[in-house]
Amino acid sequence: MWKFFSLDEIKKSLLMALWFIFLTFPIMVIRVNPIYNVVEWRWQNMALVGAGAFFLSFLWRYFLEYKNPAPSKPADDAAVSRSGRFSELLRSSGTRRLAIGAAVILALAFPYLFSSYQVNIMTTALIYVVLGLGLNIVVGLAGLLDLGYVAFYAVGAYSYALLNLHFGLSFWICLPIGAALAALFGILLGFPVLRLRGDYLAIVTLGFGEIIRLVLENWNDFSKGPSGIAGIPRPGIPGIEMSLNASSVFLYFLMIALALFTIMVVSRLRNSRIGRAWIALREDEIACQAMGVDKTKTKLTAFALGATWAGMGGVMFAAKTTFINPASFTFLESAIILSIVVLGGMGSIIGVIASAFILILLPEYLRAFSEYRMLIFGAVLVIMMVFRPQGLISNVRQTYRFKGLQENKEGD
Amino acid sequence: MSAVLTINGLTMDFGGLRAVDKVHLDVRQGEIVALIGPNGAGKTTLFNCITGLYKPTGGDILAIPPGGAAKRINGLKPNQVTEIGLARTFQNIRLFPNMTVLENVMIGRHCRTNSKILGAVLRNSRTRREEEEIVAFSYHLLERVRLERHVNDFARNLPYGAQRRLEIARALATEPFLLLLDEPAAGMNPHETRELDDLITRIQEEMDISILLIEHDMKLVMNISDRIFVMEYGKEIAVGTPLEIRGNPRVIEAYLGEEAHA
Ligand SMILES: Nc1ncnc2c1ncn2[C@@H]1O[C@H](COP(=O)(O)OP(=O)(O)OP(=O)(O)O)[C@@H](O)[C@H]1O
Ligand SMILES: [Mg+2]
Repeated sequence: MWKFFSLDEIKKSLLMALWFIFLTFPIMVIRVNPIYNVVEWRWQNMALVGAGAFFLSFLWRYFLEYKNPAPSKPADDAAVSRSGRFSELLRSSGTRRLAIGAAVILALAFPYLFSSYQVNIMTTALIYVVLGLGLNIVVGLAGLLDLGYVAFYAVGAYSYALLNLHFGLSFWICLPIGAALAALFGILLGFPVLRLRGDYLAIVTLGFGEIIRLVLENWNDFSKGPSGIAGIPRPGIPGIEMSLNASSVFLYFLMIALALFTIMVVSRLRNSRIGRAWIALREDEIACQAMGVDKTKTKLTAFALGATWAGMGGVMFAAKTTFINPASFTFLESAIILSIVVLGGMGSIIGVIASAFILILLPEYLRAFSEYRMLIFGAVLVIMMVFRPQGLISNVRQTYRFKGLQENKEGD
Repeated sequence: MSAVLTINGLTMDFGGLRAVDKVHLDVRQGEIVALIGPNGAGKTTLFNCITGLYKPTGGDILAIPPGGAAKRINGLKPNQVTEIGLARTFQNIRLFPNMTVLENVMIGRHCRTNSKILGAVLRNSRTRREEEEIVAFSYHLLERVRLERHVNDFARNLPYGAQRRLEIARALATEPFLLLLDEPAAGMNPHETRELDDLITRIQEEMDISILLIEHDMKLVMNISDRIFVMEYGKEIAVGTPLEIRGNPRVIEAYLGEEAHA
């Protein structure tokens, strides 16, 4: 512990402090007062930044050290069990049932406990849960880095908006149609990128996402261009009139249902013949093919199934906001959904759910800090990636029990 | 005995480099055939041509399932070759590191099972039964290669020798009639090599699978093979029983030449 206060360490922290002072000088220290036409020099801020950076850098290095103990130390075992403890907790069925029970009660009671503003935010977060779980199929399980996922989200949203506008189709008909169209687009994107991997795949999918957005933006006759489509009806039950408040609660419950459905499907797929093929493809494409897995089929199903959820999320989004335009489907959106998957832990369902809530709710609740909220948001992401690069929950695989094996295990 | 694999005049060019040059090779049913040769002789390239990873520049590869008709397999996709009944391991181990040992073997069952997305989502009785069969079959294979204690471990955590055995189990899970092993003993200690020797013979005898293996460990090769093919610079320079190969001057020269270089 004391070695953290050696001369060397102090020097490092001093440098860090100077660097931070330099970086933040223009915004923290100088303030131009346009009314009196004078420049204020807020030196006390500089001192604060310097002192803060100096001490925080100690903490930073301490935690880094704590995370990767030197190999010589006998603390190695402890480090392993520390990272395993959380997963262990998740696996024990008792805590699991308790947690699920609590979550269900909270989810059901939520609209009656909180304002409709909160309900709306929660609905948005749930949309991102679905999007995250969908992208998790493509990126987390199949290992295909897709940076254009938002395109399928747009396809879903515009399917509902346009079909409703031109043909008066209802939400309930458009939900499956939006999903199917998105799946179709997933396959359309999948074909040309079958041979691509890694960076190349990322670039092409990014381009695909932008193409869809640009088409929506410029093809006025089809999509009404940048001005978007307004007056999209909220979902309802035929024959029942709903107030604005009631319909947002209804949408919330719909979203809960869709999220549960997604969780059920994805978790079943993950431990199925198809899901294993996805993971194997991610782990080693060549070995996977050599073991008899059809690469083309497997990749296309991953793209199509991932896109399906984005399509449904898109229909939900259009129904929730009642207005859509291409500005809602920028690359930033893809990046956020991808962050949800990465932060949650590739392939982990609970991790992705948790990180969707964190990443969507955090900026909302940080609104109090107005101008700093994106800064804090960024800091949280950076800290996560430094201290837990594998995501909130790392790769947990199904385990199997065999008779006879137990005896063997006790034998040695 | 009838052949299960016949290769005629197989050629593979990489740009100007001819890695495999008009090679003839055959494996008969129930045989253990070894393919040896100095580094860079083109052995792995030949394997890659057989298993569909490379599309050969010329020649024919015929696979003949026991009791079935011959199929020309050049240019087929790797998974199609595996479906026909040829399975392989890799020189530089290619397991699925973040999957469990059992799951690695279960992947091998992919091409012999057929539950679809809908089945997986509904988890109907057919899918559940198939899944149970996959698990049981895979576990049985793990017992065969003595990895049953590691079923739920991640493949990346296995010791080296165990990883090689796991690769064999995974290949066996595809129910091949011909197993291709690329340097299965590489990196193993003498004890592990002896066990491997035993394992390969047992696979051949008990499971009735023919075997084609690349190996540098001469003791292992001489012990278990029925016939040996020797390659050098892409060309086949000798074929024969272990006894014949041991006394063949060209083979000795090829290997001495290699040592002189090294
Ligand atoms: N994909 C490729 N592209 C270009 N050249 C290749 C490729 N694969 C193999 N080669 C070349 O083909 C030749 C044969 O290589 P190969 O890997 O088949 O040898 P090997 O007999 O398996 O050797 P080793 O005993 O070292 O494994 C080498 O000269 C190698 O550089
Ligand atoms: Mg080789």
